[in-house]
Amino acid sequence: MEDDAPVIYGLEFQARALTAQTAETDAIRFLVGTQSLKFDNQIHIIDFDDENNIINKNVLLHQAGEIWHIGASPADKAVLTTCYNKTSDSRVVSCAAVWRMPCDWETGSNDSPDDSAHNPQTLELLCHLDDSPHGNAACVLWEPMGDGKRVISLADNHALLWDLHESSTQAKVSSTATLEGKGQLKFTSGKWSPHHNCSQLATANDTAIRGWDLRTMSQIYCIENAHGQLVRDLDFNPNRQYYLSSCGDDCKVKFWDVRNVQEPVKTLEEHSHWVWSVRYNHSHDQLVLTASSDSRLILSNMVSISSEPFGHLVDDEELSEGEDNHQEDKSKEPLKDSVVSTYEEHEDSVYAAEWSSADPWLFASLSYDGRLVINRVPPCPQVPHPALRNDTSVHM
Amino acid sequence: MDAEAVVSEDSCPDKKRRVHGMLKLYYGLNEEGKAEEEEAQSLDPCDINGPHFDPEHFLNKLRRECSLAELMDQETCMVKQIRSLDSDMQTLVYENYNKFISATDTIRKMKNDFKKMEDEMDCLSANMSAITDFSARISGTLQDQHAQITKLSGVHTLLRKLQFLFELPARLNKCLEMQAYAQAVRSHRLARCVLQQYSHLPSFKGIQDDCHAIMDKLALELRQKFRDGGSSAKDLSECVELLLQLDEPAEELCDKFLSHARSRLESDLQGLEAEIRPYPSASAVKDASVRGLSSPASTGSPAASSPKASAIFSPSSNTDILEFIDRGCNEFVSSLCLVITSYQELFVSHAQTGELASKNIPEMANAKLHAFVDDLAARYFSLVERRIQEEKGVGDNSLLVRALDRFHRRLQAVTKLLPGSSVPSKGTEIVIRAATERVKQYLAALQSFYMDSLTDVRQALATPRLSVASASVGGGGGPSGRDGPNSLPELLSSLSASILNQIKSVLASVHLFTAKDITFSNKPYFKGEFCSQGVRESLVVSFIKFICQSSRQFCESSGDKGGSTPPALLLLLSRLCLDYETSTISYILTLTDEQFLVQHHSPVTPVTTLCTEAREAAQKLLNHYVKVQGLIISQMLRKSVETRDWVNTIEPRNVRAVMKRVVEDTTSIDVQVGLLYEEGVRKAHSSDSSKRTFSVYSSSRQQVRYAASYTPSVPMDTNLLSNIHKLFSERIDIFSSVEFNKVSVLTGIIKISLKTFLECVRLRTFGRYGLQQIQVDCHYLQMYLWRFVSDENLVHFLLDEIVGSSAHRCLDPAPMEQSVIEVICERG
Repeated sequence: MEDDAPVIYGLEFQARALTAQTAETDAIRFLVGTQSLKFDNQIHIIDFDDENNIINKNVLLHQAGEIWHIGASPADKAVLTTCYNKTSDSRVVSCAAVWRMPCDWETGSNDSPDDSAHNPQTLELLCHLDDSPHGNAACVLWEPMGDGKRVISLADNHALLWDLHESSTQAKVSSTATLEGKGQLKFTSGKWSPHHNCSQLATANDTAIRGWDLRTMSQIYCIENAHGQLVRDLDFNPNRQYYLSSCGDDCKVKFWDVRNVQEPVKTLEEHSHWVWSVRYNHSHDQLVLTASSDSRLILSNMVSISSEPFGHLVDDEELSEGEDNHQEDKSKEPLKDSVVSTYEEHEDSVYAAEWSSADPWLFASLSYDGRLVINRVPPCPQVPHPALRNDTSVHM
Repeated sequence: MDAEAVVSEDSCPDKKRRVHGMLKLYYGLNEEGKAEEEEAQSLDPCDINGPHFDPEHFLNKLRRECSLAELMDQETCMVKQIRSLDSDMQTLVYENYNKFISATDTIRKMKNDFKKMEDEMDCLSANMSAITDFSARISGTLQDQHAQITKLSGVHTLLRKLQFLFELPARLNKCLEMQAYAQAVRSHRLARCVLQQYSHLPSFKGIQDDCHAIMDKLALELRQKFRDGGSSAKDLSECVELLLQLDEPAEELCDKFLSHARSRLESDLQGLEAEIRPYPSASAVKDASVRGLSSPASTGSPAASSPKASAIFSPSSNTDILEFIDRGCNEFVSSLCLVITSYQELFVSHAQTGELASKNIPEMANAKLHAFVDDLAARYFSLVERRIQEEKGVGDNSLLVRALDRFHRRLQAVTKLLPGSSVPSKGTEIVIRAATERVKQYLAALQSFYMDSLTDVRQALATPRLSVASASVGGGGGPSGRDGPNSLPELLSSLSASILNQIKSVLASVHLFTAKDITFSNKPYFKGEFCSQGVRESLVVSFIKFICQSSRQFCESSGDKGGSTPPALLLLLSRLCLDYETSTISYILTLTDEQFLVQHHSPVTPVTTLCTEAREAAQKLLNHYVKVQGLIISQMLRKSVETRDWVNTIEPRNVRAVMKRVVEDTTSIDVQVGLLYEEGVRKAHSSDSSKRTFSVYSSSRQQVRYAASYTPSVPMDTNLLSNIHKLFSERIDIFSSVEFNKVSVLTGIIKISLKTFLECVRLRTFGRYGLQQIQVDCHYLQMYLWRFVSDENLVHFLLDEIVGSSAHRCLDPAPMEQSVIEVICERG
């Protein structure tokens, strides 16, 4: 019933920013922000029709500037944040803002998709995360599984915790943390931990990874020289609270236990150039997606350090399906880490990859030339059986 | 010849043949073939000599076949033959007749002689019977006297015995006084049974009591002497012998004897122990002094408080192992042997013959002896092992081998004396352990030597690197650092040679263990396992593996710390590993196999496995070298892109210094790699080496290309162009494995650098002049970098991408005129 061929969508602009629409759990939907210095930038809302294997797109204008980072609210489908570059008077400034999609974007697109491309609607600005005194915004992070009231923005060497008021139309800095040290320190990336009651943040600057306690805004751990070169991205294991993955310019993907920061738990060296993005699957944390400027996307199966080191635990009711019996036999022995698949549909550097928030078996990747590719986890013995897909998606 | 004669002649051989035939049958000779032959021959009836001769037939045949003259000839011939036969026969008859006559005469003579002999025999028998009579008569008369004499002589002996008995106490006393114990015991033993038997008679009883008292005293004295232990081994054994004869319990004596021997042997052992003691006690003293507990008594070791105490800190004061073993052999082992011999003589072999054998004494004694020897030998061995363990210096192996040889050789004596003992096998085990330990030490020594030489290389690299760099900078990319005394090839060859020499000398040292004149070298262990498992596997193979492994560690450890290993060392090691793969490993292993004549009973690591490992290590090192060098250049490029404000930059007038630096560094890397690796192959069209500088052809071609790529003002087109380009070009793996040649290495480094440049450019925003500066820089790189790579299209493509991307990221994309760019670049 499912066609495993990748679905490709081309944007006419270059793009780096990609996110799944976090609050949306029914439709498979991704948001892409474009980068263009000359034309109005856009946010493409990509809907993937699972049944028919087709893509529906809607375009919203983002006139403020080229988008470097995009984040979707976990609570409100229509709310999102962007980090964008604004050029004025031959000066380039990075800003961050909270936006709301116009409420009728969906209806308009369904009637005449071509029309919406020609006369796109504009995003409605809710508020600026105006942190100009603190420097250029690198990214904005929503509180995971929160009520959409709290965000963190990383700007130069500051981490700012914002409270959003009045349905996000006002933002107020509630606390800040500053990275201090020699030279010009700058956060490159960060991740808000979903564990510990969302009280922890991990940030990357240069080759180091730092953990912060948001209640006191103080550093709790620091992995110096986590990578040989710049750390590009981080992600928390959704099921194991101390496990963290990182990737960087040394072409490596590393997995850390933050309780012991001397050595990584695991290191992957599959890419042949910088790794720009690493993402755990939301429900099966052995599946890790990495995107690299070698134009490849790699899906790895890190069973040994997942929350299910002996494979997926099969329930009784699933046993009755007969087909699963051999699966259960295999699950007894510890499985080996392996690369599930390497995706080569991109021609340019892939800067972002995201799992769908609705279907745990789907993911999208975005390369610089504006190509968005939606892929599906292939059925293979090392990953949880595809027959379970429907179950898990219901549980989500 | 007539028929009769033929028949008579015929029948005779016939009969003879039958007799012969039977004889032959009897002796198992086969005559079949011959008989057949004869039959065929004799069947012919015309054969005049044959048995089936038929005269009628013969005549008929002759008549039929021959002419008259022939017949006549035949006839005369036959007559002649008959005549000669007749005369022969006559001669024979005469001869036989004469012989028969003389035989008859002889028989007659014999008959006469026998008769005479018979008469003489009769006479002889008569005489003999007369003699018998006489003799019987004589013995009858002498009978009485004989009985009397016998009785008298019996009385005499009895009297003498009695006299002996009565004199015994006095004699014993005298013996006791003279300390002639042996004689006393002998005398007492003679009398003992008699005294025992007649002890109911009062007089005898008295004697017996006296004797007992004396003998008790004697035994006491003997025991005292035995206990004193000051006497020599010979005296001691005499004592034991006498005591045994005095019915002392053998077991007790064994124990005493052994305990006595033990005390002496233990003093030997203590002497030995005192010699090893200095080491531990030295450390104890040191510890004590460090802790401030300087009271010498607390250390408790006699050596520490002995006069040697001043010297114990210097290890040289310790006797060397050969001396130690010598001493052990001469003192302990030889006394042990002596003890064994005398013990065996006393309790085992002696007892076996004597009356003691019945009491199972030999078995008991043997068991005791074994336990005794095992116990002491175990202590001796532990001492020896401790001493061997102290032999840490690997300088002179021959001393240890000789010591072990002596140790082992002397233990053979024990084998001979005590066949069932486990001592020699334990001794062999010690030798084996020492040998394996030695091999381990050599491996460690080799490893530390290797690491030391690496440190040396590192230092050597650190000093002349500056001169190499400056030379190449000064010459603008031409000259090499070959003139330096520490140039890479020389370092490589000296490193490789010194390692090889070290391996050889270690092999030579280890080889001593298997030398022919060493006693233990013919043990199965030293013939087989030591050679294959010990030397080949744990020494040579382990060392080679260590080289590969340590090389790999250079790649892993330094990767994160930003290149703590100098790249030149990586390059050098990579070449070293490659050389190992191609020749050195097989050479070393062949050398080992030849020297040790390894017979591989157990599976050994094949050469190919090691070669693969070495090649992998070489590959990894070279890849890492590319990575590190690429990183250094990348870092420069990245910093230069990240730190500049590209929007508000001034119009480019010069190539940025960092680009020159990149080209310079690349050139010096090129030189460096060229020293160790071959050129490698390039794509055909770029091998035009006359293009030292950017040729007109190339630049004009470039112009066309650049013009095509930036003239469009809409960025979409460049995007399209580069996409089309990508469609038709192969995917470029940036950090990929490189080949073992210069071009491939340089291609790798340049790829990494340019890709970094590209990615950094994409993260920035450019103003008009920013773009133009990038154009200038890229053109400059284009001018110099193409010649280093295998496929210049690669450089073109990446540079195009960079310029394209920066044009894309440009707020005001107005590219610079190609001619202006060229002028700027040419100016430098």
